[in-house]
Amino acid sequence: MSEPNFRDDGLAGLQHNFITGRLEDLVKWARRRSMFPATFGLACCAIEMMAMGGPHYDVARYGMEVFRASPRQADLMIVAGRVSQKMAPVLRQIHDQMMDPKWVISMGVCASTGGMFNNYALVQGVDQVVPVDVYAPGCPPAPETLMHSILTLHEKVRTGELTRRDAQGGAGIHIEEQNQPDVAVTLGSR
Amino acid sequence: MADETVDAAQPTAEAREPQPEQQFGVPVTRVGGQAVLHVAAADYLDLVRRLYEDGHHMCVDLTAVDYLTYEADRGLPAGVPPERFEVVVGFLSHTSRSRVRVRVQVPESDTTLPSITDTYPGADAMEREVFDMFGITFTGHPDLTRILMPEDWVGNPLRKDYNSGRIPVQFKNPVSVPDAVAGQ
Amino acid sequence: MTTTDTHLTDEGAQEMTARDVASAAEKLREQGAVLRLSEAEAEAVAAELEAAPEDETMIINMGPQHPSTHGVLRLMLELQGETVLRCKPIIGYLHTGMEWTGEELTYLQGPTNVTRMDYAAPMFNELVFSLCVEQLLEIEAPERATWIRMLMCELNRMASHLLFLATNGMDIGAVSMMLYGWREREEVLRFFQEVTGLRMNHNYIRPGGVAADLPPGWRDGVLRLIELIDPRLDEYDVLMTNQPIWRERLQGVGVIAAEECMALGVTGPILRSTGYAWDLRRDMPYLAYDQVDFDVIVGSFGDCFDRYAIRLNEIRESMRIVRQIVDLMPRGDYRIQDKKVTPPPRERIDESMEALIHHFKLFTEGFKVPEGESYAAVESPRGELGCYIVSDGSANPYRMHIRGPSFVNLQSLPHMMHGGLVADAVAVISSVDPIMGEVDR
Repeated sequence: MSEPNFRDDGLAGLQHNFITGRLEDLVKWARRRSMFPATFGLACCAIEMMAMGGPHYDVARYGMEVFRASPRQADLMIVAGRVSQKMAPVLRQIHDQMMDPKWVISMGVCASTGGMFNNYALVQGVDQVVPVDVYAPGCPPAPETLMHSILTLHEKVRTGELTRRDAQGGAGIHIEEQNQPDVAVTLGSR
Repeated sequence: MADETVDAAQPTAEAREPQPEQQFGVPVTRVGGQAVLHVAAADYLDLVRRLYEDGHHMCVDLTAVDYLTYEADRGLPAGVPPERFEVVVGFLSHTSRSRVRVRVQVPESDTTLPSITDTYPGADAMEREVFDMFGITFTGHPDLTRILMPEDWVGNPLRKDYNSGRIPVQFKNPVSVPDAVAGQ
Repeated sequence: MTTTDTHLTDEGAQEMTARDVASAAEKLREQGAVLRLSEAEAEAVAAELEAAPEDETMIINMGPQHPSTHGVLRLMLELQGETVLRCKPIIGYLHTGMEWTGEELTYLQGPTNVTRMDYAAPMFNELVFSLCVEQLLEIEAPERATWIRMLMCELNRMASHLLFLATNGMDIGAVSMMLYGWREREEVLRFFQEVTGLRMNHNYIRPGGVAADLPPGWRDGVLRLIELIDPRLDEYDVLMTNQPIWRERLQGVGVIAAEECMALGVTGPILRSTGYAWDLRRDMPYLAYDQVDFDVIVGSFGDCFDRYAIRLNEIRESMRIVRQIVDLMPRGDYRIQDKKVTPPPRERIDESMEALIHHFKLFTEGFKVPEGESYAAVESPRGELGCYIVSDGSANPYRMHIRGPSFVNLQSLPHMMHGGLVADAVAVISSVDPIMGEVDR
């Protein structure tokens, strides 16, 4: 009797030459193991983000040291720093240019909530403008904190939490079109 | 260059008091070793040119202050009427290693001042910032537009009567309980 | 917003306008004319622009999001092919209302705010604010505090210049310099974390002195740091200074003369690269700089290469100063013992009611500063950093203004870029080393 082989035994005859897995798992593995960040360093947090790319903290071990300048080639936008009123439309424009699947990490307290600057000049939290997946607190967050937030994001990608949320109907962001230029936008309204 | 004059020929009430110390032809006060010249908007450009000729070749800083809610003594010498806005310009003389500061009074009714970009091209961006933040116009400026705020922004943020845009934060500056009870 | 609404990013009159619409004075500025021109000279400059027909030129936009613009700087360039005819920087993309915030915070909280302006060299912001407040209070920090401030500032100057070397290298194309620069910076930041508790934005230098004394064993830490970095600077000399490609990219690029620097108010390495030896540490000394020996590095041609070489050698001079500080550091208090300004040591709070009350008042209400106004200036890695405070006798500044050197230095960009290529534009921005936090505040 010959050894089990595909011709005679079908799938049962496959012994050594194939590894099987779910397509979903493979896609998620590829996505989280080579997530390219877009360069969106704004202020002090950008220095810590660059430090994370440096040899000491070395984000290259996650396949992420290649910061793509063009948003079309990037998967992840790390909003590193405070977003001013003038910068908000630019942020949105860059985010729109990124292709799905895309993720956003809000790095630092200024990006997450406006930080210590609760005034006219800053958007109080970048989630007013783009949907955020992970918030990294700190002023500035040490590279370890940012690393932790990236790994959290990787976990979310692995467990599919993000795809489930997207399927339920968007990331929960509600932006009202304001057509009257002299009416102040109420921040935080949903 | 200090010049204290007492006019003995005409003993009027004003002349009996010594005139304020003068430097470059305008009243000067000294703040901790720093010379501060006080000038009205009309004589500002002349003073700037005299300072340039005296060797103050670098305009270091040009900013403004809104004294709307200022309660204390502004430190102005006699004969300089206080106005709501003050434009403060700092000059540096490399040869004599000295600084001088000029405080120009700008009234609320007429917030214009001549631009010093002819003599000091570096004042360009600084005057634009004052225009943006305080609404003071500089005549003769090559390109007077907003510089820090978006183009369609309304208002001048650093004025004291500008709404701060602060979002109320829960548990910040709370009313203490006894006051709250007393208020009921 | 599924379609890109470009009108929202349009900044109207702040942008570069087309040639037929822009005023003559504006066009002269954008072409890099700085000093007053006679009518004939002005016509010659305008004719230069007219010589390039409008259908051969293009106004392009660089930034505000761009890997080579050192933060959110937006540049509009009118190009004929690759040659820059006009240049207009547009700023304000990082405006944070810090001067407004300064009016809301007390004097003790002030350094936390100003430290985030020049975030590559935060100690200098804190220093200039503290010096200005001390001038208003008419107090002087004790000797040891002064020397500690000097130590931290010189180490911060080293860290800032290493950041410059890293970003300058990467912008020109020597990407490995980026990694080396960050490697050295980590050593300095590790020392800062040991002393102040934070890697960046330390809030360490406060009015009255510094927040805490240097930890025991600090001398070893500093000397180890210097011994590590010193030989590596020689390696970078070999990697970059004598390398032909580096020289071709930087020599003769972005030339500016001393008169133009003075007219524009440009200070720091840019002014020194023109041959004008002006350094506030030597010419208008503050802290204890008149008691240490150091040289002021000066260039000769006013180009990007000179600015690179100046900053590299300023790291060496800073190390020289730091070695002297290690030997000369006096004993004493690390902050002034004035109860109205300095909080009491934490152990005293358990023992003394008065200490508890002082602590409470200082941290809730803050200390009151007598009315008046004052200006203080220091030599930061980017130039003259100044602080102007108007006080009304209360616990918050009435008006706080910081004169950011990068804000003024950016005005030299049109002059330096005029007639160069687009690739040179990147080198020029990099050599000016702007930090947008202090440009926009």
